[in-house]
Amino acid sequence: MSERHTISCLVENHFGVLARVSGLISARAFNIDSLTVSTTEDPTISRMTIVVDADAIKLEQVKNQLNRLIDVIEVQELKEGQFIDRELLLARVSVDGRSRAEMESIVRNFGGRLAEADEDSVVIEAAGDTHTLDRLVEQLRSYGITKLVRTGRVALEKQ
Amino acid sequence: MAAKMKGAQILVECLKREGVEVAFGIPGGANLPTFDALYNSPIKVILTAHEQGAAHMADGYARATGKVGVCLATSGPGATNLVTGIATAFMDSIPVVAITGQVRTSVIGNDAFQEADTIGITRPITKHSYLVKDVRDMARVVREAFYIASTGRPGPVLIDLPVDSTVAETEFIYPEQINIRGYRIQASPLIDRAAIHRAAEAIAQSKQPIIYAGAGVIHGTAFAELLELAHKTHIPVTTSLLGLGGFPETDSLSLGMLGMHGFEYTNYAVAQCDLLIGIGARFDDRVTGKPDEFARRAKKIHVDVDPSSINKTVVVDYPIIGDVKQVLQELNRIVQAPDTRAWLATIQKMRQEYPLLYREKEKLLPQFIIQEISELTKGNAVVATGVGQHQMWTAQFYQFNRPRSMITSGGLGTMGFGLPAAIGAQFGRPDAVVWDIDGDGSFQMTTQELATASKHKLPIKVAIMNNQHHGMVRQWQDLFYQGRHAQSEINPVDFVRLAEAYGCVGIRVEKKDDVRPAIERAMAITDRPTVMDFVVEETEDCWPMIAPGKPHDQMLGTYETLKQAGGVPQHRRSDPDEEAKLSLG
Repeated sequence: MSERHTISCLVENHFGVLARVSGLISARAFNIDSLTVSTTEDPTISRMTIVVDADAIKLEQVKNQLNRLIDVIEVQELKEGQFIDRELLLARVSVDGRSRAEMESIVRNFGGRLAEADEDSVVIEAAGDTHTLDRLVEQLRSYGITKLVRTGRVALEKQ
Repeated sequence: MAAKMKGAQILVECLKREGVEVAFGIPGGANLPTFDALYNSPIKVILTAHEQGAAHMADGYARATGKVGVCLATSGPGATNLVTGIATAFMDSIPVVAITGQVRTSVIGNDAFQEADTIGITRPITKHSYLVKDVRDMARVVREAFYIASTGRPGPVLIDLPVDSTVAETEFIYPEQINIRGYRIQASPLIDRAAIHRAAEAIAQSKQPIIYAGAGVIHGTAFAELLELAHKTHIPVTTSLLGLGGFPETDSLSLGMLGMHGFEYTNYAVAQCDLLIGIGARFDDRVTGKPDEFARRAKKIHVDVDPSSINKTVVVDYPIIGDVKQVLQELNRIVQAPDTRAWLATIQKMRQEYPLLYREKEKLLPQFIIQEISELTKGNAVVATGVGQHQMWTAQFYQFNRPRSMITSGGLGTMGFGLPAAIGAQFGRPDAVVWDIDGDGSFQMTTQELATASKHKLPIKVAIMNNQHHGMVRQWQDLFYQGRHAQSEINPVDFVRLAEAYGCVGIRVEKKDDVRPAIERAMAITDRPTVMDFVVEETEDCWPMIAPGKPHDQMLGTYETLKQAGGVPQHRRSDPDEEAKLSLG
């Protein structure tokens, strides 16, 4: 059964590593839901958080193939409930005098804020786990989202 | 403080320390400093006619010797010409280090003359690659490249050298230690003893076991251990195409090759077995046919150094990740032999009932020629091949008894591999008798390397099975495309005159009675290459065959069907002694 899986990798902080990882995954026709990369507390190491849609056997293949890459130092699958994940969302939504207050209330409920506001639109900024942000997007949809961007998942293992 | 050296000089010093004796390649603008540094070095540099030839030579050298092969090319077209050769080595896990020139660092990305993104182009077909932007990284990179290419599951590593990295100077400090934190190879302490014990139990309880051995046995130099396992347990051994030579075919437990063009009885045995012991083999689709149907009654053990090979195409019951040699040593220590007498008798009966066969035709048959070569070389030659029918007939009719004697492109199926690979093999093993059994289609993809063989007076014997077709394509068109021969016919070529133009001996053979004298004549020529143009039957098909996606017990061109068509059984010249076979166990 195909499911979403979160893989956390520590990789060398070199040029070309992202191309190796994304190339490897796409060459095997695995679909990447999201991939984020940034440096860690050790500037020579980056962390990649990769969300893939795969069944158990394919997932095992992805992990094994990632491990084959010389620039990949560690591969860890983060199991459901055992990690904290967040992503950041920015959305430009149309507003008018009547809807502006509703909008502000929705955003507050989701712990977000307005990053920018003008006459007929606002830019909403919100961070949360994927599920929470999905719900926020659902609620914003009726107002008219004109632009939307999400960072994709970053995750850390729980203690 | 150590004296300063140019990057190219550091490269050469490192190559010497890796024990490199020979490198194959072509100079050009961006790698002139490298060639200049090699000019007065003890490393022999072989100029090839084409960079593809250089990559295949490095590959053939590596397959024949077990050492790392080295090829050199300039930037841009030089590097792109290596690509087919690198991909060939990658698919078959061959240790090759490819060293390419690159435009200088400051103009990378500017579409400079002879610029190509070599690292980008070769990323999916290398085990790893390096772009050396700073001369201070040169020694470390070369050291790591050879280490990565030759350890774990071997493979090609590419080093891209911008001109400035080869002319800039720095102190030469040889890195004694290697520390690559992301490179994990399974070493002895990590051998999974529990998994080996479970596998040993499965072996002891099996009634109809088969060992399926692949190239990992050869790469991992585990032939002695494989022989010991087979003899200790009386389990018969079949090999993949690349596993040929990993188990002696003269041994009474040898079942030869399995798979698409494997022996009929071998494939039936695989279909019937209750335990399949995969050793250093990757369950390639040419072996398994339809994966779900492959050895469907059998529990499966899979020993492999590469975790990503396990459960990739066929789900196995007993995975064992580790160095094949170490795993087999441990397995041999604890394994109990099952009673395989009834099973061996069943297989023996099938061997007699379903031999290879072919019908004599007016023209020469490649099967006969290859049998004669096998006989006259006593199975002791190093045999390279192209890809196609002649390759499969070589696998079927040449008897391989020694590791590193079959040099063939299995995974990528690269036509044109034979001649340059044979040249590389001959450089690696000057005393060996090296043959290239080729097709007229394959041969013409890299013919120009006759110039390389001729220049160095290599006594290679090229045997062209000249059927004026891409024979395997023609066969598939007859089988699956209603005989519509779309561009599978090849214009006739006078290979004798071609050979002579390159300074080789050319021999044309058209009659059965002339085959043996011609092979004997070629074998007596030791001061130059010989090209033998065997004019063979154009319509001969390669049988038996598992059609793509079909199970092993539904083969085409079986003994029964060919016999009805008038075929005559062809026992391989030195089949294992029947008496010994029956008395075993």
